[in-house]
Amino acid sequence: MALVLSEEQQMLKESAQGFLAEFAPVAELRKQRDAGSETGYAENLWGQMVEMGWAAILVPESYGGLEFGHVGMGQIIEQTGRTLTASPLFATAILGVTAINAAGSEEQKTELLGAIAGGEITTALAVDETAHHAPTQISMAATKQGTGYSLNGSKRFVADGGTADKLIVAARTSGEAGDMKGISLFVVDRTAAGVEVERTAATDGRNYANITFNNVEVAEAALLGEEGQGYRALNATLDAGNVYLAAELLGISQESFDRTLQYLKERKQFGVLIGSFQGLQHRAADWWSQVELCKSVVLKALQAMDATDTKVPALASIAKAKLSEVAELATNEAIQMHAGIGMTDEYEIGFFIKRARPAQALFGDNSYHTDRFALLSGY
Amino acid sequence: MSDLNAFRQETRDWLEENCPPAMRVSTKGGDEMCWGGRNYKFASADQQQWMERMGAKGWTAPDWPTEYGGGGLDKAEHKILKEEMLRINARSPLDSFGIWMIGPALLKFGSEALKHQHLPPIIRGEIRWCQGYSEPGAGSDLAGLQSKGEDMGDHFVANGQKVWTSYGDKADWMFCLLRTDSEAKKQMGISLVLFDMETPGVTPKPIKLISGSSPFCETFLDDVRVEKDQVVGEVNQGWTIAKYLLTHEREMIGGMGMIDIGSETLGQIAAKAMGVEYGRMNNPLLRAEVAKWEIDGACFALTAERVTDEVKSGHGVGATSAMLKYYGTELNKRRFETLLKLNGTDAMVWEGEASNEGWLPRTWLRTKGNSIEGGTSEVQLNVIAKNILGLG
Ligand SMILES: Cc1cc2nc3c(=O)[nH]c(=O)nc-3n(C[C@H](O)[C@H](O)[C@H](O)COP(=O)(O)OP(=O)(O)OC[C@H]3O[C@@H](n4cnc5c(N)ncnc54)[C@H](O)[C@@H]3O)c2cc1C
Ligand SMILES: Cc1cc2nc3c(=O)[nH]c(=O)nc-3n(C[C@H](O)[C@H](O)[C@H](O)COP(=O)(O)OP(=O)(O)OC[C@H]3O[C@@H](n4cnc5c(N)ncnc54)[C@H](O)[C@@H]3O)c2cc1C
Repeated sequence: MALVLSEEQQMLKESAQGFLAEFAPVAELRKQRDAGSETGYAENLWGQMVEMGWAAILVPESYGGLEFGHVGMGQIIEQTGRTLTASPLFATAILGVTAINAAGSEEQKTELLGAIAGGEITTALAVDETAHHAPTQISMAATKQGTGYSLNGSKRFVADGGTADKLIVAARTSGEAGDMKGISLFVVDRTAAGVEVERTAATDGRNYANITFNNVEVAEAALLGEEGQGYRALNATLDAGNVYLAAELLGISQESFDRTLQYLKERKQFGVLIGSFQGLQHRAADWWSQVELCKSVVLKALQAMDATDTKVPALASIAKAKLSEVAELATNEAIQMHAGIGMTDEYEIGFFIKRARPAQALFGDNSYHTDRFALLSGY
Repeated sequence: MSDLNAFRQETRDWLEENCPPAMRVSTKGGDEMCWGGRNYKFASADQQQWMERMGAKGWTAPDWPTEYGGGGLDKAEHKILKEEMLRINARSPLDSFGIWMIGPALLKFGSEALKHQHLPPIIRGEIRWCQGYSEPGAGSDLAGLQSKGEDMGDHFVANGQKVWTSYGDKADWMFCLLRTDSEAKKQMGISLVLFDMETPGVTPKPIKLISGSSPFCETFLDDVRVEKDQVVGEVNQGWTIAKYLLTHEREMIGGMGMIDIGSETLGQIAAKAMGVEYGRMNNPLLRAEVAKWEIDGACFALTAERVTDEVKSGHGVGATSAMLKYYGTELNKRRFETLLKLNGTDAMVWEGEASNEGWLPRTWLRTKGNSIEGGTSEVQLNVIAKNILGLG
């Protein structure tokens, strides 16, 4: 498949660009932060997104969705990287939909996917239990109790964990930390008895939570997929998550580049534009080249997901590793080339680095995915 | 579509019948490539047969028009040919500066007479070309070249010195930049001319490189007669063509510069060399170096693919040849540094059969030239900064 966007995908990209610039620019992030917002986004933003069909893009038509595909959704997420827009798109319309679609029963899909597409519910994916991504190390327990289960344990840094209606929780029904077998997925109401949610204020002003489960009782119907066989679906969901985080980091890298390039053409020192110094020109040219590489790998990974290619896991890790590296370069260079003014809160350039780092760390950073890529490649 | 299927089948059958088995084994770098030319010593009868058969079919230059002896294939057919060759691991039948550089320039800028004179022997591998651009005083600043072509009415007389002329001692003809108007502004007085290396007054002298081989020469021009009908395009308009040609060269060096290291990936070579325990290669730092290279290598290959696809679909150009040249050559250098480490002290062995006459260290040293030839990495970064980013 050619590595270019179709006309429809291009149109979606442009309409997302227009919408986000108008309703959710970087200034909106500042506003939400300063107001101490719980969600990190304006109240009516999600409603507007749902209305445009964004919540339904990955939902199959048979469950009331648009089935427009990953390349299309990737364009929107890339644009949210440019505007640093927080919204339930990631945790609900991507992670929630992917997990439920991969593991859910007919009934669960009909009920939950339909509700997501219609904007009736939001979700969050609760996986990691320490400060480092380690999906096989899950030790949270799900013990059989009657026909249902009792959940005990805790989850760390759950994106949208403080606001989502439904938590998709990875817990262990057998085996021990380190085993892939024995992991099961459950759909749990955030407000269920025994669920304790503690909001975590993070560098990006978004809504994360540490969640503790104390004897939380769930029915058998809460089990997503087969008992003990949840790792496959979890892995597929994490791959999708990482490809979209890479897409967002691409937007961040491009936007911080564009803004810095503009600054190089405005700021004068020594009587000339700073963009005329070769010491900065070569760094800018290398940075631009790196972003070109990033565009290719993100598009390829999105296309591979649409084609359910067997290379998705490797491509997801390549994309996340490369984009984490380049986003780090991009956001650091952005501040360095803006110098003094880049250090101020008043100037927007500093917002990009503060969103980039959590996006890099979530579901595994550069080192995690470089290691994973090597393992997948047989070394 | 069915036409393309038929073409694929025909191609497959033809290759099956005509590609000698010995030509279905990967080459190990420059010496086993086939360059052709009047005095070319083929490495084997198979190599010669393969070149001649492909040349006769025009498939040494698959997308050039048939009227000049080319294959006349459209893009889809060309792609199929490449795929079918890759399928049986067929070697390139002919690699030459004729096919990479002067051929495309002649197709775009040359007169009919020049095309008919020069393209067929390039395609058949009968004439080998060299590039006379650089001079002792004109490297990155190519437009500063001083070799002169004096107008004598029906011909020019060329005097001066070229340097770094790759295969100058083995080539049959040179495409050469001369200053034909010394009054005009730097770029305005340059012509691109063609002449036979056997013309009296042309003296190529080999220069030995750090790799121990002598792939290039300094070439002296003393009262060399150049016919007026051997000027490509207009007199004094050579700079435009030279720049076009450099773009081709960059794409070639950037895209194909990934020297063939055999059919194994760097990761597979690394795993064998260092050993793997519990799924992970021994030596974690080297393992990370290999993995990072493979990640960058994959991103680069995808970018080359994307650029081609964007041009094909008329989406305008994203990355340019300057970017591909810059990144591709730096990547190739990095890869050889890693290969060296993976082979430890074995990689230092310079001579003898066990080391294939020092193939690895010699090729490693050769890669250092990738980021110099065809415009240095720094010059590519300048081009990106100025032409793409608009930084003055
Ligand atoms: C945390 C902090 C504390 C500070 N404290 C003080 C203080 O107490 N007192 C005080 O007086 N100042 C202070 N400063 C100011 C500091 O000295 C300046 O920020 C610094 O000199 C850079 O100037 P600038 O911010 O105007 O950047 P600019 O000079 O505009 O530089 C912008 C970019 O252009 C690059 N650049 C500029 N000129 C060239 C060139 N010729 N060649 C190549 N690149 C070039 C710079 O490296 C930078 O990347 C402080 C700054 C910070 C960040
Ligand atoms: C393997 C090989 C094969 C070659 N084959 C041919 C051939 O067939 N025909 C031919 O004509 N030529 C050939 N060349 C020559 C090649 O094109 C030149 O070497 C190249 O253009 C650089 O010129 P130079 O060596 O004079 O270096 P210089 O131009 O002197 O450069 C020296 C250093 O200064 C840097 N520099 C120069 N200008 C700038 C600038 N504006 N900004 C920042 N840095 C700068 C360079 O990047 C380099 O690092 C070949 C070279 C090599 C290595």
